[in-house]
Amino acid sequence: MMKSWTARPQLVTMGVVLIALATSVMIRASQVEPRVASEVEPTTYAIQGARIVTLAGRPIERGTVVISDGRIAAVGADAPIPTGAEVIEAEGLQVYPGLFDAISSLGLTEIGAVAATNDETELGDFNPQLLAAQAVHPASEHIPVARASGLTHALSVPGIGESSLVPGQASAIHLAGWTIEEMLLSRTAALVVNWPTYRLTSSGPPNFSRRSRSFAEAKKEHDEKIRQLSEWLDQARHYGAAVEKGSRDRISPDRKLEALVPVTRGELPVLVNADRVREIKEAVDFCEKQKLRMILAGGADAYKLTDLLASKKIPVVLGPIQALPSSEDEPYDIRYTTPAVLHKAGVLFALGTFNSSDSRTLPYEIGNAVSYGLPWEAALAAITKAPAEIFGVADTVGTVEVGKLGNIIVTDGDPLEIQTVVKYLFVNGRLTALDNRHLRLYEQYRARPKPATK
Amino acid sequence: MTRQLGTRSKRVLIALTAALAWGTARVPAHAQAASDTVVIRDATILTASHGRIEQGSILVRDGKIAAVGPSVDTPGGATVIDGSGLFVTPGLIDCHSHMAIDGGVNEGSISVSSMAGTDDVLDPTTVEIYRAAAGGVTTANILHGSANAIGGTNAVIKLRWGKDAEGIRFEGAPPGIKFALGENPKRSNSSLQPGTERRYPATRMGVIDVVREAFTDAVEYQAKWRRYEAGDTAGVPPARDLKLEPLVEVLEGKRLVHAHSYRSDEILQLLRLAEEIGFKIATLQHVLEGYKVADEIAAHGAGASTFSDWWAYKVEAFDAIPYNAALMTERGVVVSINSDSAEEVRHLNQEAAKAMRFGGLSEEQALQLVTLNPARQLQVDERVGSIDVGKDADLVLWKNHPLSVYAVAQKVFIDGQLYFDREEDLARRAALEKEKQELLAKEKARREPDDKKKAPRVPTVETTRRARPRWEQQP
Repeated sequence: MMKSWTARPQLVTMGVVLIALATSVMIRASQVEPRVASEVEPTTYAIQGARIVTLAGRPIERGTVVISDGRIAAVGADAPIPTGAEVIEAEGLQVYPGLFDAISSLGLTEIGAVAATNDETELGDFNPQLLAAQAVHPASEHIPVARASGLTHALSVPGIGESSLVPGQASAIHLAGWTIEEMLLSRTAALVVNWPTYRLTSSGPPNFSRRSRSFAEAKKEHDEKIRQLSEWLDQARHYGAAVEKGSRDRISPDRKLEALVPVTRGELPVLVNADRVREIKEAVDFCEKQKLRMILAGGADAYKLTDLLASKKIPVVLGPIQALPSSEDEPYDIRYTTPAVLHKAGVLFALGTFNSSDSRTLPYEIGNAVSYGLPWEAALAAITKAPAEIFGVADTVGTVEVGKLGNIIVTDGDPLEIQTVVKYLFVNGRLTALDNRHLRLYEQYRARPKPATK
Repeated sequence: MTRQLGTRSKRVLIALTAALAWGTARVPAHAQAASDTVVIRDATILTASHGRIEQGSILVRDGKIAAVGPSVDTPGGATVIDGSGLFVTPGLIDCHSHMAIDGGVNEGSISVSSMAGTDDVLDPTTVEIYRAAAGGVTTANILHGSANAIGGTNAVIKLRWGKDAEGIRFEGAPPGIKFALGENPKRSNSSLQPGTERRYPATRMGVIDVVREAFTDAVEYQAKWRRYEAGDTAGVPPARDLKLEPLVEVLEGKRLVHAHSYRSDEILQLLRLAEEIGFKIATLQHVLEGYKVADEIAAHGAGASTFSDWWAYKVEAFDAIPYNAALMTERGVVVSINSDSAEEVRHLNQEAAKAMRFGGLSEEQALQLVTLNPARQLQVDERVGSIDVGKDADLVLWKNHPLSVYAVAQKVFIDGQLYFDREEDLARRAALEKEKQELLAKEKARREPDDKKKAPRVPTVETTRRARPRWEQQP
């Protein structure tokens, strides 16, 4: 049975006469539960008395954030509280933009080892027409778990890091909603390209054991894939031009080419997964020649190419910081120092977990880079503002500013620290439950009576 | 021809990489040669056994903790380390690791592989040891894989990077053996290679049956030896059985059972089987549903060594919760948090901190998850696991609170010797990079005439410290 999330409504004593007329209620995080259908959901909230880290200018030491009809309506030290607003007393708490996992598989997988629950990677090497949003499972148990760590939205990315050359398009999704339609932040945020690597081992018939192969053989396969990609793009340009000239009825529709047209016009960025220096350089060079808008994903070696990335203005979505160096003789802390190196060089970067169940570790991952030279604000930006800029949704999310969507969190401390608890979380201006599978199991088994002794 | 050259260059490159890795991480000679008496002064000491000492000092002598308290004597000639603004914890202990194993971790061809063991294949040269030490880890339980209901034997090591295989052993640590329940020994998630048949067991019933069968044999084998020892066999000893010997040691309480397990039902079945046969489970490993049967685990007296927050990677991990460690602790189980990973081991301190966020453990309880509790589980708590007089001087000096994402290990001592020093590591990087470039240039210069002649040559670079490229690690 569901109970009202405002189980213990309490009239707030108001000092100001004007505001006293408002029927505001105080709510507690632990009481936040899904509303029953008959209840009327408030559309205006006022978070009062909190320290507000807006990431758009200096933090407001003690102020109010008003959310109305899904959007941030006011932010300031003295922002007035509208009549009828549901007031959240946030004295001693802190407001931040909701966290954004810049590359995740949220919604696309449930149990790693169970193929039936996995919708991340389609068969075939070239599927630009596929769209993550069309497979996102709004009821995935991973989503509320991610919310409990302060994530309000994420990029849901198909097939990244897999062998498929073009596994599909990534969608930016809100981490709450009854249907994908309610969850959509950006239907098509980027086209995923897994840059071909030089695979020096292969497995296959007759006995499926791994065998090494020559560099020449590996290069041949690598070059062939790039040639194919190039050819697809050429065809898409012709296709786009033909359609534009109004000759659509004379050409047979091709959905793969159609999906590529915005990429060839630079309207849709390509999210290119590459880690090694050689592959990153190739990808940068290729995208420049093809006039594609490139975002580098992964980028383990990006720290060696900061001049290139900064001068070409190529943003980077790094993978987890808690990862091993890629070679034996790299410094042991290379992944920890990489964000600081990119930051210093002026490379715009974000952080992604490249994962679904681990998405909740996003803030801790970037937190690890702070002691290795990354300014704390830049760390926070890497999981809020920067990914919003990189994926073209900075006008709606990423900072606490008037007019943006109400995707914000209220915490009891530094959002990058493990011990910090997210007290309130808003998605699309809606106060959203922090309950999840793990909390439910914990409470259920914590209440288990001691077994009878035999 | 090209292929030959390729192989040769690869070998040389491996040797180069190995030489460089050795250089990168080797303990500086002067650190080793430094005074055996060390005083760490004015640090915040988290003892893991008797709380926190705000401005405390530790005296280390002959590899042991000689004194700890608000102030200690500083003998003449002692190396003094200013710990002000820093934290000290005991060296962290990883109760589930597969680092430093040369080759595969699974002898997966049979369901009882107790005759094999990681102790025979320790590789003290792997850089994994140095990287783990750089995360504050000083002791690890090197376990066999989980492909078998009864797996191979273990090795407990100290991360004395630079010593040989003998030198990294944790002398005196009780031996152990790996058991495994559930999906892995059933091989539910491994794809069969064409032409191969499935192996018994394929169900949880079969897994328990394999364990019961093996111990039925072990009990009989034990009885044979007892008859012999009692003089009942006219002086003819039974034939030795290397598979059953470790199981007899389990029956005699001389070998610890570390049982990989996930679901609460299989955990309970194993505990009851062990009770029926008459032995103890020392630790349940992973034990992701341990919180569902925490009282039963506590009553048996088994320890629980779990992950902080991994879940959903397979069906038996779908009910895993990050509150597991705290909930089991609350019910009286000795709990540790382990890594099972060459990466995760580098931040066990942060993994422990998650049990404060999820389940509300105290600072000391959380720290114990990666220090004193795994020491108790491995029955080496007389030696390590807390900062107490008489214990081994396995100590970590941290910048920032060790249970924070901002913590960075600065110095790591094992037996009073410095095995990791961040300052040294940073200072050596430029020199190592220079050395690397010089070696590469030399190799290139040497290879060029080779390429012209198209004739392979015997590599002159020392290859004894062979690195293990990934492709060789495949079973």
